[in-house]
Amino acid sequence: MLAPWCERATTDAAVAVKGALALDWWAGHFPGTVRQGTLVVAQPRDAADLTRFAGRTDHFDWADADRIAALEPDLAGRFRRGLFFAGEGHLEPRRALAALVERLAEHGVPVRFGVDLLPEAAPGDLVVDCRGLAARDALPDLRGVRGEMVVVRCRDVALARPVRMLHPRIPLYIVPRGDGLFMIGATMIESEQRGPVSVRSAVELLNAAYALHPAFGEAEIIELGADLRPAFPDNLPQVRREGRVVHANGLFRHGFLLAPDLARQVADAISMETNDADFPERRRA
Amino acid sequence: MSFYGVELKSRLLLGTSRYPSPAILAEAIKASAAEVVTVSLRRESGSDRAGQSFWSLVRALGVRVLPNTAGCHSVKEAVTTAHMARELFDTKWIKLEVIGESDTLQPDVFGLVEAARILSEDGFEVFPYTTEDLVVADRLVEAGCRVLMPWGAPIGSARGLNNVYGLKSLRAHFPGIPLVVDAGLGVPSHAAAAMELGYDAVLLNTAVAEAGDPVAMARAFALAVEAGRTAYLAQPLEPRDMAAPSTPVIGKAALGD
Repeated sequence: MLAPWCERATTDAAVAVKGALALDWWAGHFPGTVRQGTLVVAQPRDAADLTRFAGRTDHFDWADADRIAALEPDLAGRFRRGLFFAGEGHLEPRRALAALVERLAEHGVPVRFGVDLLPEAAPGDLVVDCRGLAARDALPDLRGVRGEMVVVRCRDVALARPVRMLHPRIPLYIVPRGDGLFMIGATMIESEQRGPVSVRSAVELLNAAYALHPAFGEAEIIELGADLRPAFPDNLPQVRREGRVVHANGLFRHGFLLAPDLARQVADAISMETNDADFPERRRA
Repeated sequence: MSFYGVELKSRLLLGTSRYPSPAILAEAIKASAAEVVTVSLRRESGSDRAGQSFWSLVRALGVRVLPNTAGCHSVKEAVTTAHMARELFDTKWIKLEVIGESDTLQPDVFGLVEAARILSEDGFEVFPYTTEDLVVADRLVEAGCRVLMPWGAPIGSARGLNNVYGLKSLRAHFPGIPLVVDAGLGVPSHAAAAMELGYDAVLLNTAVAEAGDPVAMARAFALAVEAGRTAYLAQPLEPRDMAAPSTPVIGKAALGD
């Protein structure tokens, strides 16, 4: 999801500022980027959470039952109030990555998969290390935060945009992926266990989908996924330079949202190096 | 104030979950001057100590860790988690939670008493998360608990003290047992109210962790706890039904015709 303003509810202001720039970047580089906004709803019992969410965020309109029905006809009559973040967007991460690889290939950049190589052994004057959690050998303050998600197929519900359902324990969202597929995510657990999704998490995620629309009760479970998000103690990404290696890491749960900004920081670090090499007097200054 | 012989200056205990980041958690703990933090093992554990990175960050705060059995729904689960906590954190302290109802996270007081007995006999120093029920409290003390942690309101509800009468009554019945209001506090005035009742301390998590500015809110709670305690020691007035004017009304100059 490309939801900088929704993320503001629980993250640093910098995430919203940098993430907002990512919306245009993805739209310009990946044609599959959808900008239909995000709808935020809550069960009646969690109505107070909706008010609190509104208090922590901006760039939204309050949506009444009619507006919700107009935005998402399948949710008509199910929620009385919600928040609509019209400027936000979403994309299918796997398709987006594949598109980036294709684009690099068009520019003559070779991409090799399945290569086992440490940054210090890599050839070249500069190495950009984006190994995520595998870079812990170089970045000891990096930790893994477990996330779990479910992909279901449901032909009886159509959503035009990601829907966030406020939940007391999980930042929960349901993202339409087309062809009846929906991604339901995602737990956030301070654990570095990489094992399969737990029953508890699966139940919480599936329950949320069911609460959003009972038709999800008949959905097929296509995928249950779990992995670790790399994070620094402040949960914000960093670019660090050590000799000829530039480390870019710690994107936490904002990989697609903050990657354009992080890439720009890496590019700045590299171009500064290049400029310094071209103009040695600047280095002395 | 002392818990199981450990002297503490701060009467505010904080949880460590749901903060925007471990860095903000660390700042909030510092701002609160809390000396004890609770850590949940149930979700952050896994069989291979998968929560180690986060626990290391918590340990680095230099405060005393009170591991808890949050999320345990049975005596067996709670006892197993307590053993794991003792090994991981090298402490006999355990905040015992046995949840009886998934929605409200209300304690299963029957399982709680049973688990408290098992763990106390096994050398643990148990901090049971309970209701304000006097009889349950009595059974917990009988089972070996030397600290009681009654709820203010259901976990995360931010409702404050739901049953002031019950909490007062508990305080009166157990003058020698440290009592900590745990759960349900939303704003600092709730904490002050608990301290004004003569409670020894308060424990909270969500009210700080999910505040817009957790660090400022941690400080606000610390101030409220101090204010409430100071007020309690200063012997506040009891409420009365009728007004009690502080200046005499007889003999006042009256304007008339």
